[in-house]
Amino acid sequence: MSHWQHYEHEADIGIEGIGASIEVAFIQAALALTAVITEPKNVSPESEVEISCEAPNDELLFVDWLNALIFEMADRKMLFSRFDVEITSQQPHASSLHAKVWGEMIDQARHQPVVEIKGATYTTLQVYEDSDHIWHAQTVVDV
Amino acid sequence: MDLQLFKRQDEYTWCIEPTGKMRVPAIIYADEPLMRDMDHKVYEQITNVATLPGIVKAAYAMPDAHWGYGFPIGGVAAFDAEQDGVVSAGGVGFDISCGVRTLRTGLRSRDIEQVKKKLADQLYRDIPAGLGSTGHIHLNPQQMNAMLMGGARWAVEQGFGTEDDLRYTEEHGCMSGAEPAQVSEKAKHRQRNEMGTLGSGNHYLEVQKVETIYDEEAGNAFGLNEGDVVVSIHCGSRGLGHQIGTEFLRSMAISAAEHEIKLPDRELACAPIKSSIGHNYLGAMRAGINCALANRQIITHLTRQAFAHVIPDVELSLLYDVSHNTCKEETHTIQGKERRLFVHRKGATRAFGPGHPDIPEEFRRIGQPVLIGGSMGTASYILTGTQESEQRAFSSACHGAGRAMSRHKAKKQWHGRQLIDELAAEGIEIRSPSLRGIAEEAPGAYKDVSAVVDAADHSGLARKVARLKPLICIKG
Repeated sequence: MSHWQHYEHEADIGIEGIGASIEVAFIQAALALTAVITEPKNVSPESEVEISCEAPNDELLFVDWLNALIFEMADRKMLFSRFDVEITSQQPHASSLHAKVWGEMIDQARHQPVVEIKGATYTTLQVYEDSDHIWHAQTVVDV
Repeated sequence: MDLQLFKRQDEYTWCIEPTGKMRVPAIIYADEPLMRDMDHKVYEQITNVATLPGIVKAAYAMPDAHWGYGFPIGGVAAFDAEQDGVVSAGGVGFDISCGVRTLRTGLRSRDIEQVKKKLADQLYRDIPAGLGSTGHIHLNPQQMNAMLMGGARWAVEQGFGTEDDLRYTEEHGCMSGAEPAQVSEKAKHRQRNEMGTLGSGNHYLEVQKVETIYDEEAGNAFGLNEGDVVVSIHCGSRGLGHQIGTEFLRSMAISAAEHEIKLPDRELACAPIKSSIGHNYLGAMRAGINCALANRQIITHLTRQAFAHVIPDVELSLLYDVSHNTCKEETHTIQGKERRLFVHRKGATRAFGPGHPDIPEEFRRIGQPVLIGGSMGTASYILTGTQESEQRAFSSACHGAGRAMSRHKAKKQWHGRQLIDELAAEGIEIRSPSLRGIAEEAPGAYKDVSAVVDAADHSGLARKVARLKPLICIKG
């Protein structure tokens, strides 16, 4: 049931994670983020990085999560393919996230990285549970 | 786009009169076919911009406008600090001071015909491009702050260019008012190994041939003749700018309510110019501008070295360097009165007309060179600023072709290898680390840059001077 998808934006690209819980939706969206750059299955989960963030609501937490991944990718020159996410949601007050993510250094020849992601935007940003109790987390990323 | 939504003022001017919360009109400059093909999101976004506090005269969109974040890409808006005007991180974007610089080589296209492949390989080897690449310069915290204060001037002081380069760079290569203390440690850390890197996406370095001169007098002033070889570099402030944009977009979105600003779209995140967050953003964003100017200066140095390696004794001189993602404090005449305004240009090029004191003396009779990048494999253009552009859109013009098709669709429609072979058959050498990247940047995924430039010319935003044809394209 859990999966990710890309959707259209004229200049850039929309990413969406779908799953049985908010955590799974965030994990799937992280895979969609990697897939903007390269095939996630070609990224070996060799090294671990820890990520924490806190935001006033789940939607901003989602943008913060993606931007934390984008920062770690840019700063460490890494790509990620495995994610373990815990979210504490205290709506409507604050949400916090703690994650362990695994990946490897970018290898231009092997990964053929398509594009560098500059940041996650608020365009089409949504985090919600649908009537079938499936969670969705989506937004457009600027490339 | 539904043209019924507009009042057509002339062939190229489409006006939306203020309704609802709009404080000023919104105006799009384009011909009818470009308007018909334009995404309806441009209408929504430009009318949203027109609702922001302190906006002056009108919210404008250039002929290459497309769906952006808050502001349309190709959006121009000016705000008056004395009238509670705002500065918007979304109105500048993630790639602060992304821009184009063009260098003359003194070579004719026939001079490089025999060495074109070798030159392409050398440029690709010497100029770090694409995700995962790092520059050869690694800055410690003190050097980082000096770079953020000094911009291209700092780079020249480090030996990456000449004093002459600074004369032909916007702001003389150094944006005043930069405050490195307002740039987060994360942003500085992200940038520490990225100086002198090209980036990816639509960023490129191209060796081009001057194919057509439309305006002999301006061509002479710019030192351009048909058949000349030039180099154009399109890139921005790299990870530092992206991080500044990310952080201030968030803090402005959250603080808008405190400033009693009702955002029609979270992405229009902004703050009063006179607030502390507005001040801090301006200081950080100006440091981001300096980062972009220093980055293009270092790439210029690497380009000169690569050329010298293949063609000894060649001298590359800077024609001009101009950005298209900025917010600048400028003087503009509104109803006969000079006012200091904070002009946001998001995917729009500053285009000062003849006589403007901020352009090099040699160009003052003609106007500022306006550098318009095409997409991979298609033409680029050099235009010049006009007098009427001041009244049209605070002296602004388009910035490029603008995408017509999503990356998602493009990668399904084209294959990288096939595109490289097709462009090679047309005499264009492509070098890139990613075949899928080439497919997503296919020339057919962009609007027709010639139509965009013609619309800018006919609407008086800028005047066509030269058309450039690519010979070598290094893509990130």
